[in-house]
Amino acid sequence: MAGARTYDVAVIGGGVVGCALARRFTLDGARVVLLEKAADVLDGASKGNSAILHTGFDAPEGSLELQCIREGYAEYLDIHARLNLPLIRSGAMVLAWTPEELAQLPDLIAQAHLNGITDVESLTAADILRQEPALAANVLGGFRIPGESLIDPWSAAHAYLRQALDNGAMLIRQAEVLGGRRVGDLWEMETSAGTVHAALVINAAGLWGDEVDRRMTGESWFAIKPRKGQFVVYDKPAAALAGHILLPVPNKITKGVVVCRTAFGNLLVGPTAEEQEDRIHATMDRAALEALRKRGEEILPALRDHEITAIYAGLRPATEEKEYRIRADRAEGYITVGGIRSTGLSAALGIAAHVARLAGRADQPLAGPVWPRMPALSDEAQRDWRAPRNGGVICHCERVTRREIEAALSGPMAAGSMGGLKRRTRVTMGRCQGFYCSAELARLTEGRLPEPMLAGNAHDE
Amino acid sequence: MSDPDETVDVAIVGGGPAGLAAATELRRHGVARVLVLEREAEAGGIPRHCGHYPFGMREFHRLLRGPDYAARLVRRAEAAGAVIRTGTTVTGLGPDGRLSVCDDRGTATVTARAVLLATGVRETSRAARLIGGEKPGGILPTGALQGLVYLNHQKPFDRPVIIGSELVAFSALLTCRHAGIRPVAIIEAGDRATARWPVPLLARFLGIPFLARTRLEAIHGTRRVEGIDLAGATGERSLQADGVIVTGQFRPEASLLREGGLRIDPATGGPEVDGWGRLSDPAYFAAGNLLRGVETAGWSWAEGRRAASAIAAHLRGDLPEGDRSAPIALDHAALKFAMPQILPMAPAEGRGLAPFLQIRLATPARGRLCLWQGDRIIAYRRLNHRPEQRILMPLPTIDPNAPPPRLTIEPS
Repeated sequence: MAGARTYDVAVIGGGVVGCALARRFTLDGARVVLLEKAADVLDGASKGNSAILHTGFDAPEGSLELQCIREGYAEYLDIHARLNLPLIRSGAMVLAWTPEELAQLPDLIAQAHLNGITDVESLTAADILRQEPALAANVLGGFRIPGESLIDPWSAAHAYLRQALDNGAMLIRQAEVLGGRRVGDLWEMETSAGTVHAALVINAAGLWGDEVDRRMTGESWFAIKPRKGQFVVYDKPAAALAGHILLPVPNKITKGVVVCRTAFGNLLVGPTAEEQEDRIHATMDRAALEALRKRGEEILPALRDHEITAIYAGLRPATEEKEYRIRADRAEGYITVGGIRSTGLSAALGIAAHVARLAGRADQPLAGPVWPRMPALSDEAQRDWRAPRNGGVICHCERVTRREIEAALSGPMAAGSMGGLKRRTRVTMGRCQGFYCSAELARLTEGRLPEPMLAGNAHDE
Repeated sequence: MSDPDETVDVAIVGGGPAGLAAATELRRHGVARVLVLEREAEAGGIPRHCGHYPFGMREFHRLLRGPDYAARLVRRAEAAGAVIRTGTTVTGLGPDGRLSVCDDRGTATVTARAVLLATGVRETSRAARLIGGEKPGGILPTGALQGLVYLNHQKPFDRPVIIGSELVAFSALLTCRHAGIRPVAIIEAGDRATARWPVPLLARFLGIPFLARTRLEAIHGTRRVEGIDLAGATGERSLQADGVIVTGQFRPEASLLREGGLRIDPATGGPEVDGWGRLSDPAYFAAGNLLRGVETAGWSWAEGRRAASAIAAHLRGDLPEGDRSAPIALDHAALKFAMPQILPMAPAEGRGLAPFLQIRLATPARGRLCLWQGDRIIAYRRLNHRPEQRILMPLPTIDPNAPPPRLTIEPS
């Protein structure tokens, strides 16, 4: 099936960046194929992000990362309503807890101004506590970034891919790229799902970016250094404790431990930042999770009386350098999009636009493309359980209906794994973690996922 | 199916043993319109997927398996004239007994003169226990295991490890035995089994090692569970297993209450109730495991019956109203909870939630359990107990003019 077709563009990797690239090139008029090695998209670095749409206020001045975040942020604001994607304009606060951190605030505000984020607002401790009364009283000061927002960690990427598919792109899952060679004007790629030909290949393989470069071109000019982030998620009543995204004063390596609501009405504390060699296993450990809980309680003391509903760990595809590793070889028709760290969710649309410019193709943009509307998982007012003929609620904690599950198991982007079904619907991601609904869900998914439910029971949040 | 706006005398949220017992009893008290709202496709609650004995001695004077027991409770409530509406989820608890519900038709409202909350419990998840490692398939609470085995006739794994040794671990062992699953070990963090005799006895009978003073640190595997890391008194070790059954540490299913602004007792995780089972909004009552975590089905059933008496008295205008006194303060680190939290100022005369104060410990303790008001002891009993053991005291009445009640453990 795959071997029979030749494409203008082959995107390797179905993470948020790959999905945004597939959308961009499809809308620009190219015939696109997206190759994903796993049973479903968003199965690598993109499955464990912190679901914040960043403004770029703290990105390095003049960096490509900053440019992509700014452009991606603007495009998200532009398209989210048409795709029915959430945008919760919570704003963020950077908080100083020590005199040293307090002393850094003026530089951070100056940096934000340099980066074009001019609406940041300096706050005294009293201002902060007035706006965030649940915060620990020992906060010393901070500033507010009104534009930082909360989004759904997965629906954006799903929407980008869905729009690509609805406008003619092709998705091939369980298609690991094994090797490739340039034959005339085309790449001939060997994948675990057959041979694929394409004029332009874009490597968006995330945690495997350097390895895919080696398989395609024989060499790689950067090395992935996976950086693990662990998170704890609190039950919904805890979300009332924080209005803003609560950020620490960042250091050189990481943005630090964030406390924020989620688009689904939970409260998130994380991530850690731990270098490791392993690109597959994001192993959680009790000590780190307990440290996150402790840090969360230091920031919001009332968290002591709240329940943790989920824990997870993700891997960021960091490299030796902070900057994104994007390089195009136009003559060879090959572009590498590597080293997209934690800002990938915010920057994806901007990265896609930047890469399209690098590619310099002369396709005819689609006139009147299809705009799919995504299921509204994060807006309780729009949820399916409120609507007639929903089939009844199956997952009680997250109020997921039979009809929502049926919809996620069918169509051009049907869930390919239990993790994929969870990301599309939120089944079993609530406080009971499957205590009540596992049996019903096993019946509903029987024979409809490549791996039966119990074998693919990866809790991604 | 619910009408968009429906009015009943009593709405019962949750059709398990407590809710069904209350429904039956309310009808016997002559309450006309009793509506049970059950979110599952069938009423009966947790016993519905406990396909093993022993259930029903207290209620039916015979030994039954869980599903038969659940079916009998349903039939009895229906025969008494209660309406049981399944597939109906309560999504919000409003003031004055106004419930938001949803079902296949969408949303609706049910308004009741009194509401009984009987939403039960769930086990503490792997996540809430902060167990490290990866997230492969095959990590299940007992509730999910029972559903898969007894309702679906599935065998989710062959050689799992069982975490915890409360009574529910006994249930997990029986469920495994039924499905031909052979657990590799039972892991208990404490120095002996929480459910003293049944768990170790059955484990020994089945030839399953019981590992006390051992904690599950991490679960490994990519697609399926491949192994686990344990930390114990004798150091760290690993075991091969293809599944993990995470049992017990039951917690009340109380999120609706939190969202509805009803007062929660952080000690039980359930609602703060008075001697009649009333919540901070007096249109709401509670019974069963929602009150305090897990008790037996029979205990919850008896609580449901007593709550029905209290609700019937409330509907007749026979319950004392007025200010709630201050909740009991727990003044010893070994005390986990005391319930009801609000003590009555006059005897409950048989209409109360329960004739006892129910107490649990967080750590083993011995001595004298003393309930104080100021420097006066108003009730006491001897104590030599372990966590999860049932501890009862006759429900005392308090003097509204004396300082708030305080529970301590004194040397004997």
